Amino acid sequence: MIKPYAITLKPGTSLSNLTGTWRTERPVYLDRLPPCNNACPAGENVQGWLYHAESGDYEQAWRVLVEENPFPAVMGRVCYHPCEGQCNRGKLDSPVGINSVERFLGDEAIRRGWKFSLPPDSSGKKVLVVGAGPSGLSAAYHLARMGHEVEIQEAGPMAGGMMRFGIPKYRLPRDVLDAEVQRIVDLGVRLRLNSRVDNIAQGMQNFDAAFLAVGAHIAKRAFIPAGDATHVVDAVSLLRSMEGEEKPMLGRRVVVYGGGNTAIDVARTARRLGATDAIIVYRRTREKMSAHDFEIEEALQEGVMIKWLSAIRQAGEGQLTVEKMVLDDKGMPVPTGEFETMEADSLVLALGQDVDLSLLEGVPDLEIKNGVVQVSASMMTGYPGLFAGGDMVPSERNVTVAVGHGKKAARHIDAYLRGTSYEPHSKHELADYEKLNTWYYSDADKTVRPMLDIIRRQTSFDEVQGGLDETTALFEARRCLSCGNCFECDNCYGVCPDNAVIKLGPGKRFKFNYDYCKGCGLCAAECPCGAIKMVPEEI
Amino acid sequence: MGFQTIKFYQTGTYTVGNRLLLPDQRSVQAGESRSNSINSGHRACQGCGEALGARYAIDAAMAESDNRLIAVNATGCLEVFSTPYPESSWQVPWIHSVFGNAPAVATGIAAAMKVKGKKDVRVVAQGGDGGTTDIGFGCLSGMFERNDDVLYICYDNEAYMNTGVQRSSATPPAARTATTMPVGPEPGNPFGQGKNLPEIAMAHGIPYVATATVADLRDLEYKVKKAMKMHGARYIHLFVPCPLGWGTASSDTIRIARLAKESGLFPVFEAEHGEITGVLKIRRKVGVEEYLMPQKRFAHLFGSHSHPEMVIRIQEIADRNIRKYGLLDEEAA
Ligand SMILES: Cc1cc2nc3c(=O)[nH]c(=O)nc-3n(C[C@H](O)[C@H](O)[C@H](O)COP(=O)(O)OP(=O)(O)OC[C@H]3O[C@@H](n4cnc5c(N)ncnc54)[C@H](O)[C@@H]3O)c2cc1C
Ligand SMILES: Cc1ncc(C[n+]2csc(CCOP(=O)(O)OP(=O)(O)O)c2C)c(N)n1
Ligand code: SF4
Ligand SMILES: [Mg+2]
Repeated sequence: MIKPYAITLKPGTSLSNLTGTWRTERPVYLDRLPPCNNACPAGENVQGWLYHAESGDYEQAWRVLVEENPFPAVMGRVCYHPCEGQCNRGKLDSPVGINSVERFLGDEAIRRGWKFSLPPDSSGKKVLVVGAGPSGLSAAYHLARMGHEVEIQEAGPMAGGMMRFGIPKYRLPRDVLDAEVQRIVDLGVRLRLNSRVDNIAQGMQNFDAAFLAVGAHIAKRAFIPAGDATHVVDAVSLLRSMEGEEKPMLGRRVVVYGGGNTAIDVARTARRLGATDAIIVYRRTREKMSAHDFEIEEALQEGVMIKWLSAIRQAGEGQLTVEKMVLDDKGMPVPTGEFETMEADSLVLALGQDVDLSLLEGVPDLEIKNGVVQVSASMMTGYPGLFAGGDMVPSERNVTVAVGHGKKAARHIDAYLRGTSYEPHSKHELADYEKLNTWYYSDADKTVRPMLDIIRRQTSFDEVQGGLDETTALFEARRCLSCGNCFECDNCYGVCPDNAVIKLGPGKRFKFNYDYCKGCGLCAAECPCGAIKMVPEEI
Repeated sequence: MGFQTIKFYQTGTYTVGNRLLLPDQRSVQAGESRSNSINSGHRACQGCGEALGARYAIDAAMAESDNRLIAVNATGCLEVFSTPYPESSWQVPWIHSVFGNAPAVATGIAAAMKVKGKKDVRVVAQGGDGGTTDIGFGCLSGMFERNDDVLYICYDNEAYMNTGVQRSSATPPAARTATTMPVGPEPGNPFGQGKNLPEIAMAHGIPYVATATVADLRDLEYKVKKAMKMHGARYIHLFVPCPLGWGTASSDTIRIARLAKESGLFPVFEAEHGEITGVLKIRRKVGVEEYLMPQKRFAHLFGSHSHPEMVIRIQEIADRNIRKYGLLDEEAA
């Protein structure tokens, strides 16, 4: 039969027309580095654990979190959360309350008794950790999880370091600390208390490697002539004595000298011990104080007073001589020659701490600079097999940094014990704000954590800042924009005019069908979280 | 208004899908079982708003009618790029009418289904703005007036794109097309009334009229599904940017549609029996420049021989829409 023209061809589907050949650019999926993760000194996968918290799977969220950091409940209280400072959501309304969700997860884990998964078979290697502060405990945790036998030798009567003997209870209740320390001990880590290491070269003889994290405990002094009758103490000893049976006697008028977080903690402690006046004397101005703004604010709320631009020159019986200062153009305080007196029952010096390096005597090839031990990028000192971290090495001094050092050192110690070297995988490119399409996120302001009433803040050591409950924590987790990491919102799958995105099912994300993708770039433009990139097609 | 209210999920409240939503709260487009009414391999340009809008709309209509749907298509880009002989991208029973008579053909099919007792088979007709506001206008008005059981969807890309970007009665003032060149004291398409088809449809008092854009998928799906639950003549006017005709980047199609809505130039609303029942509010208000500037068809308004006075007149149009339809929430203002 002769068919008329135009029906001689069999009908078919347009699938035979591979429009992928039109493409000059192709979309590719990628993971970009969320700014929160990038800012975390402990290397937490913040976006990663928030993702699970968002769906209400708190245990999984906690498990992802503790891959990097065994102290979520402590972190959720004392970490200065640089993550929130970098959080992209801050450019939209206010940063995600990462720290409060972390605390919620930490508390939830304690409440429900979640345990770490057990370590693999023993590697047969033994590692000594000196000091049970955050850095030592973090190293011990990671080393144990890698299968090494770990012994911690700690000089003090209890574990925790400055988390116990520095940070006051009203910021970190001890049952929380105890629970998170115990979980690490439960991994099989041997914790020897009251075991000061006096000579590390000898101490590490029976071990394959050692990690030193003795912190910085020697109070810095300022030369202040003081009469015998004046009660002068240093901040570290004072805070340490708070852990003992007998509470220190400071009197009604307490002056604290210094401008850091420690000075603030001492003044707030003095208020709680019954001081009617707790006055911080600082040589410079508020802007120059190294204490964090929120801590200064909380101290002021509790009635702590601060005297700026003043240097203490002399401590006499019941009174101090103070000289007025001015700032020069470099911001340094210079004396004015103007003096005044202040009444004081006691003076607490909070001028910073030095590292006690005596246990290092006789160790060859160590480099000590500015009072701290120099370490390589792998946290190893000049002496092979001897690693160090935390407050005793050059860096910022806080719990999170110390925990990060412990983890990093553990990875390098593990490689050292295996005779290899640890290569951290290269960082993904940053998911900065410009990579996001924020249209797709609804407006939602940050949830504020409850604060203890002011009377109890001035009279008791009860915890000042409360936690979030389940609903508010969930809300807060869901404010996360999931920067740089696909959260399976289906936008790419939806907006492709060519059906060229294949959905792989829950948790499996998507893939492109390059047979049909024309490379229009709509998926990349409309991806809320910047997890798609257009790359030139090789022609 | 009754747009699908979504539980407050911060991540991706406005996205196509949301892993935190219950399956029955998710959009049609998020589902692996969406019908992909217009399948891969079609010959639409990169980033075509019309191809996207057609899949959004027809997939939603398919979902609402249990896949018992017949689609009628007027001549135009959508028809041409989807069915070059002997191929078809359509995965629904589909018929090409001619340029001007899609509403009449759809009326006929609806009547035939009625006669055959196939109550469950539903009919949609679709066409471009040219096919709808110009040549098909008479047929469409008749279909409205008879209240025939057809959902008519107009894909408005504001010109005759298929034949090379000629002006239609939906082309906006100042836009450059092949027939409204940017020359003279008032370059581009003249300012005038144009034809506001959604309002003309409303004037027929038909059960349902709605406008939508490809930038608000959930709103669009809500409206198509709502329309499909109703009988009689229904009209949806869908705003679909055209990268080729408007001179925009192919990746900008959705952003441009969003800016049209957020500037107030394209009011998004719905109406029943001639009365407006709801508007989609502006969420992040923008001035019209933000919408106009990325489009080459408006390039002559800016740059060395700019026409700020024309931009002001366009802003006045947007402002009037905002007033007239109440597009701004007090707080958003
Ligand atoms: C008052 C105060 C408040 C602070 N508040 C905060 C805060 O809110 N947030 C924050 O992030 N950081 C805070 N910090 C800083 C933080 O506590 C420290 O940076 C952190 O604890 C350092 O950890 P580390 O493991 O290096 O040392 P440490 O915590 O000091 O622990 C060292 C441990 O080693 C032991 N040790 C010392 N010498 C020996 C030895 N020879 N043999 C055996 N064991 C030994 C010590 O007893 C101690 O337990 C605060 C510090 C102070 C002083
Ligand atoms: C009666 C008739 N006149 C003219 C044409 C040529 N023609 C085909 S498509 C088209 C323009 C279509 O414009 P529109 O309806 O806006 O759809 P678009 O291509 O823009 O999607 C024209 C003029 C035709 N096919 N039939
Ligand atoms: S929005 Fe989420 S992923 Fe992005 S920076 Fe903030 S916490 Fe991290
Ligand atoms: Mg058109």
